[in-house]
Amino acid sequence: MTLTDTPVTTSEQFREGVIGTSPTRPDGIAKVQGTFEFSSDITAEGALWGATLRSPHPHARIISIDLSEAWKINGVEAVITAEDVPGVLTYGLISQDQPVFARDVVRYVGEPVAAVAADHPETCRRALNAIRVTYEVLTPLLDAEAAIDGSIPAIHPDGNVIRHQRILRGDPEATGPIIVEGTYEIGMQDQAFLGLEAALAVPDSGGKGVELHVATQWLHEDQGQIAACLNLPEEQVRLVLGGVGGAFGAREDISLQVHCCMLALRLGKPVRMAYSRAESFLGHVHRHPARIWMRHHATADGELVKIEARFVLDGGAYASTSSAVLINAVTHTQGPYRCPNAVVDGYAVRTNHLPCGAMRGFGVVQACFAHESQMDKLAAAAGMDPVEIRLRNAMRTGDLLITGQAVESVAPVERCIRETAALPMPTEPIGGSDGDVMRLPGGAGRTADVSHIRRGVGWGVSIKNLMYSESFDDYSTARCRMLDGVVRLKFATAEVGQGFVTIAPQIARTILGVDEVVLDRIDTGIGSAGSTSASRQTWMSGGAVDAACRQVRERLFEHVGALHGIDPLRLVIDGTDVVDTLGTLRIPVTEAAPGVEFDETVEYHHRPTEDLDENGQGNCHTAFAFVAHRAVVDVDPDLGLVKVVQVATAQDVGRALNPLSVIGQIEGGIAQGLGLAVMEEIIQIDGRIRNASFTDYLLPTMLDMPPVIATLVEEPDPQAPLGAKGVGEPPCISVTPAVVAAIRDALRQVDGIGRDLDRVPVRPADIAL
Amino acid sequence: MNEFYTLSVNGADHEIADAWLGENLLYVLRERLGLIAAKGACEQGECGSCSVMVEDRLVCSCLVLAAAAVGRSIVTVEGLAEPGLPTDVQQAYVDAGAVQCGFCTPGLIMATHHLLDRSPDPTEMEIREELSGNICRCTGYGRIIEAVQQVALARRKVKS
Repeated sequence: MTLTDTPVTTSEQFREGVIGTSPTRPDGIAKVQGTFEFSSDITAEGALWGATLRSPHPHARIISIDLSEAWKINGVEAVITAEDVPGVLTYGLISQDQPVFARDVVRYVGEPVAAVAADHPETCRRALNAIRVTYEVLTPLLDAEAAIDGSIPAIHPDGNVIRHQRILRGDPEATGPIIVEGTYEIGMQDQAFLGLEAALAVPDSGGKGVELHVATQWLHEDQGQIAACLNLPEEQVRLVLGGVGGAFGAREDISLQVHCCMLALRLGKPVRMAYSRAESFLGHVHRHPARIWMRHHATADGELVKIEARFVLDGGAYASTSSAVLINAVTHTQGPYRCPNAVVDGYAVRTNHLPCGAMRGFGVVQACFAHESQMDKLAAAAGMDPVEIRLRNAMRTGDLLITGQAVESVAPVERCIRETAALPMPTEPIGGSDGDVMRLPGGAGRTADVSHIRRGVGWGVSIKNLMYSESFDDYSTARCRMLDGVVRLKFATAEVGQGFVTIAPQIARTILGVDEVVLDRIDTGIGSAGSTSASRQTWMSGGAVDAACRQVRERLFEHVGALHGIDPLRLVIDGTDVVDTLGTLRIPVTEAAPGVEFDETVEYHHRPTEDLDENGQGNCHTAFAFVAHRAVVDVDPDLGLVKVVQVATAQDVGRALNPLSVIGQIEGGIAQGLGLAVMEEIIQIDGRIRNASFTDYLLPTMLDMPPVIATLVEEPDPQAPLGAKGVGEPPCISVTPAVVAAIRDALRQVDGIGRDLDRVPVRPADIAL
Repeated sequence: MNEFYTLSVNGADHEIADAWLGENLLYVLRERLGLIAAKGACEQGECGSCSVMVEDRLVCSCLVLAAAAVGRSIVTVEGLAEPGLPTDVQQAYVDAGAVQCGFCTPGLIMATHHLLDRSPDPTEMEIREELSGNICRCTGYGRIIEAVQQVALARRKVKS
């Protein structure tokens, strides 16, 4: 299926609303009419506002905290610190190393120190200003290498190295006639979801528990961490998904959850919290900045012989998911290419920078910028085309990763590259045929001299693991009830915008032959769905919904079989009817079992995975998806400005359950990858963020995004429920190196040499100076 | 200093009682009038999520003092259509796949109506320029442009 600028059309062969079609979102009308309740829209009678006091220092000892002046302000009802935490003092996704409130030491600018509740956000602001914290400022650890070499005392009891992992495969002495190397840097990217962190905590009337309405990616993980900090049984901390305004990894960690619940429980009143944009930059984890050295050895005709690499990921002050991000990075060193030998070393370290954790692509974005830059160097050294070198090395199903794991997923790498190459190049000349300056680098600045602009083309190809890794028992739960042909689905899957609420009913309609599917509230009233991350919910929660629906279908067939004296094995669903394949019975599902409710709950687990051994060997990942990107970029070499003209892509999706949603993920992911390539970076100087706003942290606008032309490579994966792979992360991964390669290509045309551009985002000064 | 004042929102007058005069229009719409469609996402006029009409101007309501909008006609997304009866622009956004998380959507709906009211047949570059003040982090904008073009086309067909 190839999609250009036209939307996806529904094929005639499908019944409307089943898988393979593109029904509209069930929450769509509420969202366009503004009636959909995001977490920041949810309030309660008499709700107070909560707010957080944060550290102004990257590293300091807390000498004293004086709350007395804050208490004197009219309207202030609660002021809390670490002394008030009823349960465990720390939380965290993998290791619980992050304090609910700093008690003795602060480790990053923005670390929570205290919180207040008051009648108005402005009262909260004044109360926070009135809290007097005396700090003894300590020297911050800001150099990731210094965290590794042990020259700086540990800034946390758990030490400065969060994780070290090496990978040794094959012959460490192997080499070839071609050797290329480089050191690459990736800046710290922010998820920059639009819907800021917000929640409403409502204490139970007896004061024993709390209900939290919050925008999160994983209700049950939050529930466990919150309950531990509150010293409450998990069932007394009930979470309800508040409308989520995007996530992209930034809502996997706790932010305001514990603070909001603590204030509400202490006061016996509902409390709302809502971060500002500036606070949001401090309040959630970011994409790890990374420094990656790679050396590729190849035969004279460009076949990879060995890869050497060293990764250093700056995890910031607390661990979050750094250890998993590191494993993703090092295990994706080779990219989607065969390579028999590898020597890889990787560190995720602790510094006094902002904490880093999950962001779309999760370690693979960093690895991909390095390995794709290397593939272009290899192509140049071998005298080959960027496409040719990638086809020469393209991974196939059954090939081994440098971890020794066989890629059992469908691996259509070659097809992704060829189908991308087959997509049309832009036909408009530089600046367009209408002479509109907005088409040029620099746009409305009218700075570009068209005769100086060069157009470059660049490639990026990637592999991304799907679901969780390293022996984690990853599962999702779904309940399906059917009564008189109306299906009701219940799951705790966080809908963050990706559209699971659209495809879940599609699955039910397909399996059960119904039209009407009702979705229950998304909350902790059912078992965990796992996180909406790692491109996993279509596979995991889709798998759970599929399995629950199939069990209900079996119950229906048993019922109909008994009713009509037919072996249930003879029954199938055809369209919206139950049909006897060996007889004449054909009865609408809506009438097949009058008044009988079928009710099934299923946990879907993916195949087990293994831990890596000390040499980085083991079947640590579950499954993989692949994608190719080609970028066309116009570059103004005088001023260093760029305009991305087109991105073409072919993505391995397994099977597109909802093609329009898939296109939405592809275009949205490409925008984020483009942002990392040329504009997005959190700037920290001396441990202080300098651009915590949308004025200074630049995001792609409609003028920055080019048209995307996309081909969906549909080769259903037999290991995936419904054949469908996750599609969320791959789009944002290899587009970044593709855009940078296109800029390099344009600059080579200027002087025959060009620029290395070994750091993203590429800044004007990197091009022009 | 606290005051009483009256705002005209979506054709109706609303008394704002005992409010701090430092509150911006976005806060007053959301927290005092319960009109939650306009969203706060940057609070400095960069993202367009809080876009509303004040008289004939599309404004970021986070940058407008509510008290400064006294005596002017304010229209929010809630004022465009009754619940369940979306405008052509709203329906096109849903149909074209222009909505994912939806947080930026109300602001984009306001900006799109404003654009098409002034320029019924915009070029793609005009759409990009006019809507470049509205940041969307989910969609990459492709389906949004498609939605705007679909509305423009449908309106032209109705006219001809």
